[in-house]
Amino acid sequence: MSVKAARRPPSKGGGAAPFQALFWRLPWLRAVLLLVPPLGWFVFVYLAALGLLLITAFWTIDPFTTQVVESWNLDNFRIILTDPTYWTIIGRTVLIAGLVTLTDAVLAFPFAYFMARVASRRVQTILFAAVLLPLWASYLARVYAWILILNHDGVLNWSLQKVGLPAANIGYTNVAMWLVFSYIWLPFMVIPVYTALERLPESLLEAAADLGARRWRTVRDVVLPLVLPGVVAGSIFTFSLTLGDYITPILIGGASSNFIGNVVYANIGIANNVPFAAALTMVPVAVMTVYLTVAQRLGAFEAL
Amino acid sequence: MEGPWTRLGLWAWSALILMFLFVPILLIFFYAFNSSNIESWPIPGLTLKWFTATWNDDTVRTALGLSLQVGLVATAIALALGSCAAFAIHRTSFFGREAVSLLFILPLALPGIITGIALNAFFSFSGVSLSIWTIVIGHTTFCIVVVYNNVLARLRRTQGSLVEAAMDLGANGFQTFRDITLPLISTSVVAGCMLAFALSFDEVIVTTFTAGAQSTLPIWIFGQIRHGVLLPEVNVVVSFVILVTIIPVVVAARLTGGGAARVPAAR
Repeated sequence: MSVKAARRPPSKGGGAAPFQALFWRLPWLRAVLLLVPPLGWFVFVYLAALGLLLITAFWTIDPFTTQVVESWNLDNFRIILTDPTYWTIIGRTVLIAGLVTLTDAVLAFPFAYFMARVASRRVQTILFAAVLLPLWASYLARVYAWILILNHDGVLNWSLQKVGLPAANIGYTNVAMWLVFSYIWLPFMVIPVYTALERLPESLLEAAADLGARRWRTVRDVVLPLVLPGVVAGSIFTFSLTLGDYITPILIGGASSNFIGNVVYANIGIANNVPFAAALTMVPVAVMTVYLTVAQRLGAFEAL
Repeated sequence: MEGPWTRLGLWAWSALILMFLFVPILLIFFYAFNSSNIESWPIPGLTLKWFTATWNDDTVRTALGLSLQVGLVATAIALALGSCAAFAIHRTSFFGREAVSLLFILPLALPGIITGIALNAFFSFSGVSLSIWTIVIGHTTFCIVVVYNNVLARLRRTQGSLVEAAMDLGANGFQTFRDITLPLISTSVVAGCMLAFALSFDEVIVTTFTAGAQSTLPIWIFGQIRHGVLLPEVNVVVSFVILVTIIPVVVAARLTGGGAARVPAAR
């Protein structure tokens, strides 16, 4: 035993050497030790909070003291499902989220096509950066810019007047919300569609042409089916982000522009009914779960 | 396969989309110099008085101070936790590895209101009163993934043989990390931190649920726009916020060859 100890080379790593050797022999130990702090944060803060939210949805509050009553019941869900007010709000939210997604797909496709298949390499890089930049330029700033534009004395009405058209007063309406949401989330649609178009093999297009397909036929039967996963990938963002928003409806929506998020916000802030707010957030969660399941079937996750 | 007319059409469409994306943002910079306090177009004249007025506004200064503190602390914690996670995931394969990646991206993928209300319920349930630290906890949660993604992407592109060579030449673990790994990943770490800071500096949804009575700069902007007051100062602050978030992103994109900024700035 003593002979073996004497043969061992002098350790260079000071006190760290035994650990080093240990990590070398047991690589998973190093991984586990490194993973404990970040995973601990997520489990004890984030997942705990999400779990609590789910549980709270089945609780109620005492109407007089506004204290949370920890008794299990489905009252919150029953109210949401039976009160037509909430159906209107849920319907409005889902409808506008759908319209925004559709608008962004229509706006993004020709642009992404130009980026991927017409523009030169250099222009492609510039356009890519140009699409990403607005995404990072403050969300509030971009909503605010549209308040200035759609204002009664804003740029839009000024331009309309210049070309001799009547003023359009769409500020503080559902139309304004649709426009602003389409503007804000457009980059999220462009990027995956661009990526899908760039991956499209040139040979397929040539084959279609060789087989006598005209341009629109090729777009319809070859390009669109192959790009669809990219569109669906982009739609996950445009749809989900609109679904959970409440800032834009407050800032640019009208009197009857409440989204699911607005009711949640009001229940946290003014009414202080956390259980009901929690139950209501389960609606976008449920809608997104269905949406993501369909998206996965369409191969959207590979296109992300 | 595109004919000249199709090309022209696509070109024109793309030009319009670019205008659609950038004109609104550029417009705010014009309004910041608006000499009138009524936000109408065209602006009657140019002035710098709103810049001084904003600079001398104590509520703006307090909000800016809070935003900077939150951004720096959240970025620092995200740096530590995100790097740990990236090193752990890199070159180890274990069951549930994909699940861990998915978990980290969840705060960005789920609508911000869910993260916000979940944390709000969590804090009030566990008796934690809302303060700067609750804002930091919220921000850190969605900043970790930005550092994690950047560091992991770089680690995947660096060659393991360099580390092995250093070890073979007798460097211990610390020396290898300091002289080989750190220089290789440093730009991606800096890029990740800058993006995390930009994300935190601009966040409003999770912040409204975790801030209590305090105002970060976005909360201040939100309040002013909502009630339609002090809009000339809002123009200045918003222009400033755009620059503060865009400059780090441009630098980060340069440091990583364009890849970094792809992390969606979802809320």
